[in-house]
Amino acid sequence: MNDILLTAAGLIVFAVALGLARVLRGADDIDGLMAAQLLGSGGIGTLLLIASATSVPGVGDVALGLALLAPFATIAFINVLESDDAEAGP
Amino acid sequence: MSTAIDAFTIVCVAAGVFFYVAGTVGLLRFPDSPSRLHALTKADNLGLGLVALGLLPREPSVLGALKIVVIWALVMLSGASTAQLIGRVLRRGRR
Amino acid sequence: MSIQTFLDIALALLVIGVAVWTIVARDLFVAVVAYVVYGLFLALVWIRMYAPDVALTEAAVGGGVTGVLLVAAGKRLDMSAIDIDRQKPSTTLAILAAGCSILLAGVLMIVILSLPAPAPTLAPQAAAAASGPGAGLGNPITAVLMSYRSFDTMLEKVVLILAVVGVWSVGADQAWGAAPAPFGPDRPYDALVFLAKALAPVGAIIGFHIFWTGADAPGGAFQGGALLAAMWMVALMGRLIELPRIDARWLRLALVAGPAVFLAVGIAGAMLAGSFFAYPSAFAKPLILSIEAFMVLSIAVALTMLVAGPPYRKGAP
Repeated sequence: MNDILLTAAGLIVFAVALGLARVLRGADDIDGLMAAQLLGSGGIGTLLLIASATSVPGVGDVALGLALLAPFATIAFINVLESDDAEAGP
Repeated sequence: MSTAIDAFTIVCVAAGVFFYVAGTVGLLRFPDSPSRLHALTKADNLGLGLVALGLLPREPSVLGALKIVVIWALVMLSGASTAQLIGRVLRRGRR
Repeated sequence: MSIQTFLDIALALLVIGVAVWTIVARDLFVAVVAYVVYGLFLALVWIRMYAPDVALTEAAVGGGVTGVLLVAAGKRLDMSAIDIDRQKPSTTLAILAAGCSILLAGVLMIVILSLPAPAPTLAPQAAAAASGPGAGLGNPITAVLMSYRSFDTMLEKVVLILAVVGVWSVGADQAWGAAPAPFGPDRPYDALVFLAKALAPVGAIIGFHIFWTGADAPGGAFQGGALLAAMWMVALMGRLIELPRIDARWLRLALVAGPAVFLAVGIAGAMLAGSFFAYPSAFAKPLILSIEAFMVLSIAVALTMLVAGPPYRKGAP
């Protein structure tokens, strides 16, 4: 059972890696934002599976932290891209 | 009884992984950024939701199960909001 | 080959691939995103090596906060418009640099691979020493940080303060005392305001939980502080609150509170518990937790001010 869960985790990591390759090679800076989004949900899914499959304590808390950090990073990147248009900012 | 739970977990996790892979395929194949965004957010949210659902019965304590639900709710909240934001940035036009 | 070994090898190759990508990226923005990706995969590696505390710190600081700091600093320098390609070094220099890097990596590899089978380590002594005076802590990492090596931990926080002072000193002279430039536009999108209103309070609670649970389970002051900093910045980006002026008294007090309390307890330990930075064994755990509480405050404030940058006054050169 644990092996099945770990294999699922590996498949998700693989899917994330493939998606990133496309997204980061895209012509647009926006694609970088989508990378953060993809990484967030993929990473959390992987961590949840690892938490359930192995006996390492605290992995659930890492997933919790990641659930907060992914939107934080995405919002920050959006802000930086946005202020390219507006004249506000440093 | 526990084999039924195991079967439930395997089915949910497998479905979740399927949706993650489907989301990636959409990312790779869709022609423009808004549709890629659509594939990304819908498929990944569904994928995570199914994986979380499948892992719920395996948690030894109610608190652990609650943690998974909180993570799920956070991802849904932030996923929906950031998808809106990315969509707006896309609509305003980027270089 | 078991599933775990296969996955570990795949993860290691992935980390190397993303690291190479960070270096060859043409555009600063893409390079920083790749760096954040690298941070996340590295966090997964830490988890596979049974180090969840390090994984959380890597994700929070290495991935989240540092990534945002780099992207904000790059924007401030307007470097995203600069083509990195235009500044190629000469071929001899490139070969020399590559040669030195390969030599260093090779030596490190040889050293690590030739370690004896149970590698020599201070861990048992540290854990033993920490479980004595650091009585009652279930998490050995926190015990080592706050008890066995408490002086080093305090000095790390002093370094953070010095970094903040360094960042502040980059601002224009006329701008000294003002608040740093705001994180984003004055009127952010409704979706962003909503997300900030919903996420920041929940995230603050979670950050506090991770700090509190660090006494007995993976977590701790630094991870909790980094998460609190991230949530504060989310609220700032949604314009729910404004950045403080850098000459605000509460800001400066909050910055030094952590190391100051730490130092005070350490000096008191010389009188009450026999030696500098010793804890009286009856009060060790509550003392450690109170020191950590102040450290969380200082870390959160310091990290946020580091990302916020130097003070800014419109019209100052």
